[in-house]
Amino acid sequence: MPDVTRLAFFGGVYSNSLALEAALTHAKRSSADGLYALGDFGGFGPHPDRVFPILLDAGVESIQGNYEESLSSGAEDCHCGYTDPRDNHFAQISYDYTARKTSSEWKRWMRTLPKTRRLEVAGRKVLLVHGSPRKINEFLWESTSPVSFLEKMLADSDADVLVCTHTGLPWTRLLPSGRRVVNAGVLGRPANDGRTNVWYARLTFGRDVSVEFVPVEYDHEELARRMREERLPGEFIETVSTGWWTTCLEILPAKERERGRY
Amino acid sequence: MPARFLRAPIAPTVSDDGLYPFVPSISLDTLWFQVAGTICNLKCTHCFISCSPSNHSHEMLTLGEVRRRLAEAIPLGVREYYFTGGEPFGNPEMLPILEETLRQGPATVLTNGMFLSPDRCRSLKRIFDASEYSLDVRVSIDGYTAEVNDAIRGAGTFEKILGGISNLAGAGLNPVVTVTEACEEAGSPAGRARFLDWMRSIGLERPRLKVLSLFRIGAEEGRLRAYESWESLRGRHLTEDESEKLQCSSCRMVTSRGVYVCPILIDEPRARMGESLAETLRPFRLEYGACFTCHEFGVTCRT
Repeated sequence: MPDVTRLAFFGGVYSNSLALEAALTHAKRSSADGLYALGDFGGFGPHPDRVFPILLDAGVESIQGNYEESLSSGAEDCHCGYTDPRDNHFAQISYDYTARKTSSEWKRWMRTLPKTRRLEVAGRKVLLVHGSPRKINEFLWESTSPVSFLEKMLADSDADVLVCTHTGLPWTRLLPSGRRVVNAGVLGRPANDGRTNVWYARLTFGRDVSVEFVPVEYDHEELARRMREERLPGEFIETVSTGWWTTCLEILPAKERERGRY
Repeated sequence: MPARFLRAPIAPTVSDDGLYPFVPSISLDTLWFQVAGTICNLKCTHCFISCSPSNHSHEMLTLGEVRRRLAEAIPLGVREYYFTGGEPFGNPEMLPILEETLRQGPATVLTNGMFLSPDRCRSLKRIFDASEYSLDVRVSIDGYTAEVNDAIRGAGTFEKILGGISNLAGAGLNPVVTVTEACEEAGSPAGRARFLDWMRSIGLERPRLKVLSLFRIGAEEGRLRAYESWESLRGRHLTEDESEKLQCSSCRMVTSRGVYVCPILIDEPRARMGESLAETLRPFRLEYGACFTCHEFGVTCRT
């Protein structure tokens, strides 16, 4: 059995501390050698401050997402990168709630996080970003990130493996050059597939790099209860309970939109 | 304002005479094709490039020409491809062009909806399903009554556009309906909401709406008015953020006459930036009224 390194990558947590705990339990049980969170710890869910101690206690290495960038600089919106008024309406509700409920201590901590991170694993250069190597809030969707676009992006950023999040949907693409892109998905909300679980990505680095998307079951009913208690929008709670997205839909490309209910 | 860019800053520059700002070429994300030239079966009164059945300023592109440009686009890392005209489905090679493009990346086609027969829509759906990339069909309309729409797009067009939209939906493709901001006040939140309701009423369960600004050039210049002298970026300086929001910092337009800076300015000789894509990836002087519209109203022709 050759030496391998197993790393776990967590996309946006969106204040879903219950899913984060479940994912960490799973990652530790499957002997991950490193734990990485790719930003957007808040937004969408309740009680944002509950996430940070869990990340620190578990030794998760974190980078900023657009949420941390906005919250730590006092910005008035999340800079999620939406262009449609309905998407922006719900994004603003989510951001205003999170900004109000995140303590200044944690906002200061966010500012200390890097925006990207580079690892050298089994002779491969791994680049961690929230959106893309060039922009913290760029959406890398599977159906609109073609091979030649990704090849150039990874060559320009001197990376063999790129790990990102931001879109909410997990996918991976092995490029003809042997480079690889992994969108780790998110822990914050389901992947618009009618299932209530969320996802993280486990990469195994050996002679090859293999990618596994790990489904994480957690107490989504408890999350929904807490969201109701905090008077978060019914639309958000429906997503948690059904696995179908009800907001931030207009940004979805045609392929990804077709797979959802709304 | 947080700095969202992770790359090294690209400084916008000012032209030699100091009058107009230059927009830098940051990347080539969006490649447009004037695939039907300026040839269109309609003669809309607000068309910014005055397309008509007899306007041959730009000719149709062949599959071979598109194929050559697709090859050129690979090393430049193009992310997405857009097709417009004129009327793209007036180009006899449009379906093979889309099929070939979708092997390389996502595509969007802008159409007036007049040639969207049930058969053609089913073919489009087959092409969509066969690709790992997204295909969007954007259908233009100018009102939710025949009276309002036909005054701009021509008699009898409203019913045909509705038929095209319905055929797309019937084939399982969800079109993006495109209107100008002047249309039924779609530029305002209330007008937009009314338009979305109307789209639901014609059977689009997940209505997708793109609102475009009007450009006071081409036929539109005669319909309402031309740009006035104050509508200009003269003397302005662009921030990096403003540059990045302008589509011309990350797009180019291929026509039968060469490569232009953007889809709007193809009637401006100085907006033709060269013959090869690579040579056009340089700063562009924003000296036109249309540049003012894009800058002031945050317009992008992308969906």
